[in-house]
Amino acid sequence: MSGQQVGLALSVLAACAVEAVEALTIVLAVGATRSWRSALTGVGAAVGVLAVITAALGPAVTALPLNVLRVAVGGLLLVFGLQWLRKAILRASGFKARHDETAAFASEQDAARRAGGVVSGGLDAYSFTVAFKGVLLEGLEVVFIVVTFGANQHDIGLAAAAAAAAVVAVAVAGVLAHAPLSRVPENTLKFGVGVMLTSFGVFWGTEGAGSHWPGGDAALLAIIPATLACALAMTRALRRRGRGRVGRGEAVRA
Amino acid sequence: MITRVRAFGAFVWDFVVGDDWRTAVGVVVALGVTALAAGAGATAWWIVPVCTVGLLAASLWRAAG
Repeated sequence: MSGQQVGLALSVLAACAVEAVEALTIVLAVGATRSWRSALTGVGAAVGVLAVITAALGPAVTALPLNVLRVAVGGLLLVFGLQWLRKAILRASGFKARHDETAAFASEQDAARRAGGVVSGGLDAYSFTVAFKGVLLEGLEVVFIVVTFGANQHDIGLAAAAAAAAVVAVAVAGVLAHAPLSRVPENTLKFGVGVMLTSFGVFWGTEGAGSHWPGGDAALLAIIPATLACALAMTRALRRRGRGRVGRGEAVRA
Repeated sequence: MITRVRAFGAFVWDFVVGDDWRTAVGVVVALGVTALAAGAGATAWWIVPVCTVGLLAASLWRAAG
């Protein structure tokens, strides 16, 4: 397995694990509060839609010429990665509230209780819809990452396998814990995924635009640590800037 | 129908571009400048990384107020 393939697998694994943890919280909340059968039916329907989207997008994207693919996908990954990195830095520096699965679980359960009674025997529309939307929306980010990373490496199979491994691991952990996975270091994982998406976006975008990196593929070994160093430096700078607010525990929402 | 198309467009915009459209525009400009410079035979690999650092710093600066 090449260095780029290892980076691809790790990035997809981490991104998918984060999204799967968030989807699991939603499914657990509506399932435990209202109807497991309806929530799991919603999960199955969403997974089916995501599989169809991946199967349709994958071949379409890989059919593009390599330079077009790299500049388009590199640009999209860069925009997408900068979104992740921006939010992660704002969270790490105290300018945005950190994602808290326990609080999200309580909020979802509260909403599920207030949504009226459950009709016994039939499909509970609320549980189905909330689980379906939750899994579909979180899953779309994973599909985007699987298709873009996989197409650029001509290895959608590896990207899909890494995504599937993350989903299975999170699902098994969720079944065993029977509670939201609040111990998963989500914010740290999101920071790492943001660094990887941005780094690969910079690399592929530049290559697709017709320029060549000194050292070829080995340039990624410099781009990834440099991106990480910049992100950490910006986090420290923002922490210093917002020390007063953070000190009083007033995380500012961006 | 128009409402659904608009809602889908808004979803795609939010999904890809997110909270800061200036960053997305900056990325497109950086890639365009790189393509022009590379086409003219100049060394252009440094343009996207430098712009990325600048765009991220500017976006964080705006978000932090």
